[in-house]
Amino acid sequence: MSIPSFIPHEKMSDETFVLNLGPQHPATHGVLRVKLTMDGEYIARAEPVPGYIHRMHEKMGENRTYAQFLPNTSRIDYLSAMHYTHAFVGAVERAARITVPPRAEYVRVITSELNRISSHLVWFGAFLLDLGGFTPLLYAFDDREKILDLLEGITGSRLTYCYYRFGGLYNDVDADFLKGTRDFTAYMRPRLDMYRALVTDNIILRKRLESIGPISAEMCRKYGATGPVIRGSGVAYDVRRIEPYSVYPEFQFDIPVYPEGDCMARYLVRMEEIVQSLRIIDQALDQLPEGPVMAEKVPRVIKLPPGDYCYAVEAARGRFAVRIVSDNKDIPYRVKLRAPSFSNLSLYEEASQGMMLPDALALMGSLDLVIPDIDR
Amino acid sequence: MNISEPIRLLLFLAGIMAFVGFNAAYLVWVERKGAARFQRRPGPTEVGFAGLLQPIADALKLLSKQVIVPPTSDAILFRLAPVLVMSPALMCLAVIPFGETLVARNINIGLVMVFAFGSINVMAIMLGGWASRNKYAVISAARVVSQDVAYEIPMLLVVITLLMVTGTMDLNQIVRQQAGWFWHWNLFKLTANPLMPVTFVIFYICMLAETNRAPFDMAEAESELVAGAFTEYAGMGFGVFFMAEYANIVVGCSVATVLFLGGWQSPIGVWSGPWWFLLKMYFLVFSVIWIRWTFPRTQFYGLLNLSWKILIPVSLFTLVLSSIMLKLF
Amino acid sequence: MSVSLEELIARLSRLCPPEASPASSEGPAPAESPAAPAVALAPAPAVTNGCRLVDYAAKGYHLDAIVPPDKVVEAARLLDEAGFGLDAVTGVDWLAQEQMEVVYDYFHPSASWRVAVRCRLPRQTPEVATISTVFPGANWHERETHDFFGIQFVGHPDLSPFLLPEDADYHPLRKDFVA
Repeated sequence: MSIPSFIPHEKMSDETFVLNLGPQHPATHGVLRVKLTMDGEYIARAEPVPGYIHRMHEKMGENRTYAQFLPNTSRIDYLSAMHYTHAFVGAVERAARITVPPRAEYVRVITSELNRISSHLVWFGAFLLDLGGFTPLLYAFDDREKILDLLEGITGSRLTYCYYRFGGLYNDVDADFLKGTRDFTAYMRPRLDMYRALVTDNIILRKRLESIGPISAEMCRKYGATGPVIRGSGVAYDVRRIEPYSVYPEFQFDIPVYPEGDCMARYLVRMEEIVQSLRIIDQALDQLPEGPVMAEKVPRVIKLPPGDYCYAVEAARGRFAVRIVSDNKDIPYRVKLRAPSFSNLSLYEEASQGMMLPDALALMGSLDLVIPDIDR
Repeated sequence: MNISEPIRLLLFLAGIMAFVGFNAAYLVWVERKGAARFQRRPGPTEVGFAGLLQPIADALKLLSKQVIVPPTSDAILFRLAPVLVMSPALMCLAVIPFGETLVARNINIGLVMVFAFGSINVMAIMLGGWASRNKYAVISAARVVSQDVAYEIPMLLVVITLLMVTGTMDLNQIVRQQAGWFWHWNLFKLTANPLMPVTFVIFYICMLAETNRAPFDMAEAESELVAGAFTEYAGMGFGVFFMAEYANIVVGCSVATVLFLGGWQSPIGVWSGPWWFLLKMYFLVFSVIWIRWTFPRTQFYGLLNLSWKILIPVSLFTLVLSSIMLKLF
Repeated sequence: MSVSLEELIARLSRLCPPEASPASSEGPAPAESPAAPAVALAPAPAVTNGCRLVDYAAKGYHLDAIVPPDKVVEAARLLDEAGFGLDAVTGVDWLAQEQMEVVYDYFHPSASWRVAVRCRLPRQTPEVATISTVFPGANWHERETHDFFGIQFVGHPDLSPFLLPEDADYHPLRKDFVA
C-alpha cells in the first residue's frame, strides 16, 4: 500500500469541495487568498486571489514628483527595499543621464547584498515554519538582526530604507558600518555551515522537499518567473549577470543553479546565494574607493526627457523592473512596477495541480512570496 | 497503611487527577521554557519566578473566555469531545505502577486496559473535528484516524513481542521482572530477542504518532490546517485539548518506561522507588519536547508509508524472531 | 537564442508595415510626419510602426517593436519561438492623443536581450487579442491591465477584477479617472 504524493487531474473524483486558504492563514504570510478546489487532500485547482493589500502604487507615482515617489518603492517588497529603490533610482538616473560616483555604486552593491541576505534569512525561517520546523526561524532572525542593525546605522531605518538617492546616496558609510560588515561576513559563513548541518541535511526536510513541486525551465519562461525560481529550474538567469547594472561586472561571483526544479533546488539556490552575496560584499569592501557619494549637478527638480525608460535589478525574489514614461514634467506620466512575486505566483495554479495540501504549501513557501509585492 | 479499600481508591484517583493536572500545566511550562532555550531566548519570565506561574495565568485566561459553540456544529458531540479526550488518560494512569505499592488498581490485564483506553483519544479528536463542521477540522479528523490506525498496528505488534518476553500483562509484574542492574531492563534483554532496542524505537515512534506530536503532528499542523481539529474550539474547550495532549504524552512515556525501562526499578540495583519511575518518564517526556523543536513536520503520505512499509514489516519480523527465540531457548 | 538577432529583427519588422506607407488599417499612428512631433499637447514621441534597435544604456531595453494591434499575438509567437519569456504586460493612457498603448516586455533567459513590443489602440474601444494563448503568464498581467486601463483582451479566459475589489467598475490608471 502506498499513498501517492500526486494524482493527475483526470484521476480525481467529482466530489470536490472548495477550501479558502486565506486571506488570513498561517501559510500565506500575509493577506493572500488561494481558492482551493480539493479532492480530499489533493488539490484539483488552486486559484490565487490577490488584491487584499493593493495600494495602487502606480497611480501614486502619477501624482507626485520623482523624489516624492521614491519612498514608495521601498514599501512594495518590504523585505528587499534596497533593490526596489535601486531600480527606481536607476531608471531616473538613466533617463536624466546622471553618472553616479564609484564610491556610491560600491556602497549600493554592499547594502543591496546585505539586504538580499536579510531577505533570504527571513525566507529561510518562514519556509521552515511552513514545514513545521519552528526553531530555525529564531536563528535566522538572530542573524538578520545583525544586518538590520548595520543598515539602521547608516540609513536610519530598519526595513523600508530610502537610502539611495538620485545620483548617489543619502549619506556616506562610516567606519563602524565597514567594520561591522566585515565582522558580519566572517560571522555568517560558519553560521551557514551550521544551517547546512542542522537543517539542510535533515532527512525529514529532504524528504519533504525533494521532487516536490517541480517547475520546468519552460514553465518559468512562459510565466516570466525569475530569481531563485528560474535558477532552481536550471536556468542561469540573473539580472546582475545578464543585464549588468551598477558595478556588478567588477565582482567575481557564481550564479547558483540547480537543474531539478523542485522545492529543494529552490531552497539550495537561496542558501547558496547567501554565500555568493557574502563573497560580493567582501570584494566590494576590499575595492571600496574613496570619493564623494553624491553626483554633482543633480537638479533639485528632476524633469526627465520625454520617452520611456526601463531599469531592472535582481531583487531577492527575482527580476524587479521599473518602466517610467515621461512627458517632460516633474511628475512621471506613468510608472510601471514589474514585481517578481506577481509572476512567480502566476505559475502556482498550474504547478500545484494534483499535489497534496502540505506539498502545495511547501511549493508556495519555496516561491518566497511577499504579498505587497504581488498586490502593489 | 490500614485504610479501607474504597478510601484508598478515592485518594489515588484524586492523586492521579492532581498529577495529570499538574503535569499538563507544568509540561506546558517545560515545553515553553525548553523551546525557548533551544531557540536561544528566555521564554516566560514575567509571571512568578522564572515564569513558573505562567500556566496558572494561562488557565485563568482560558477559563475566563467564552466557550463558543459554532451554530453549524453538532453541539452535543462538539461539547463531548474535550471530555472524551481527557478521561482515557486518567483511566490509563490508574493502572500504571508508579512504585512497588504506588498503584491505584493493580489488575492483571493492565496492559490491555491501557491500550483499550488509549485509542479512545483518537476518537475524541475525530469527533471534535467532525462536529466542528469546519473544513480544516474535517481534514484534520480524517488525518488523525488514518494516522492512528496506521500506527496502532506496529505499536501493538511490538507490544505482543514484548508480551512474549514477559509472559504477563500485569504491569507491576513486568516491572518486577526487570529488577537488578539496568541490563535486566526489557530494552536490553537481547537474549530473549536481539532486536529489543529496535522494538523500543518503534514503540517510541508510534507513541509520538499516537499522541500527535511533531514530527507527526498531522492533526494540528498549524501551518497547513490552522489548528486542525481544534480550530473551532475556544476558551477551555481548547484548553482541555491542549492539556490532554500533555496528559497523553505522560501516559505514553509512562507505558514506555514500564515496558522497556524498568519502571520504578533502579538502574543500579539498589534504592528502587517511584523517583526512578518519574526520572525515566520525564526524561522521555523531555525527549519528546526536544524532538518537536528540532525537526520539521513529515509529509502525510510519508508518515503513512513509513508505517505501512517500514514499521509494520519490521515489527512483524521482531515478532517472528521473538517467537523463534522463545521456541529455541 | 534559437534564432539570430538579425533574423528576429527581420521577422519582427515584417509584422510592422514599412514606415513609408501609412500605418495599418486601424491607423494607430498619427497622420502628421514623424519629423515634427507636437510636443506641447501630445508629449509622447510620434508613433510609427516599426522595429528598431534602441540604445540600451539610455533606455534600458534593446529592441523596440511597435506593431499594429492585430499583429500582437504573432509577435508574441515569434518571440516565444526565439526563446523569450514574458516579463510584463501593461498599458499607458495617452489621453491627449485619444489612444491607449499596450506594452509587452519580454526578457530572454540566457541572452542579454530585452524586447518591448508596443501597440496603440483607439481610446474609445481599446480592444486587442490576448497573448495568454502563447504565454500563459500573460493571463494575470492582462487581467491587471484590464483592471487599471479597461483594455479589453479579446479571448482572455477571465477579465474579472483582479487586484481591484471584485465589484470595481472603474479603471484607475486612466488619466481621466477621478477618485
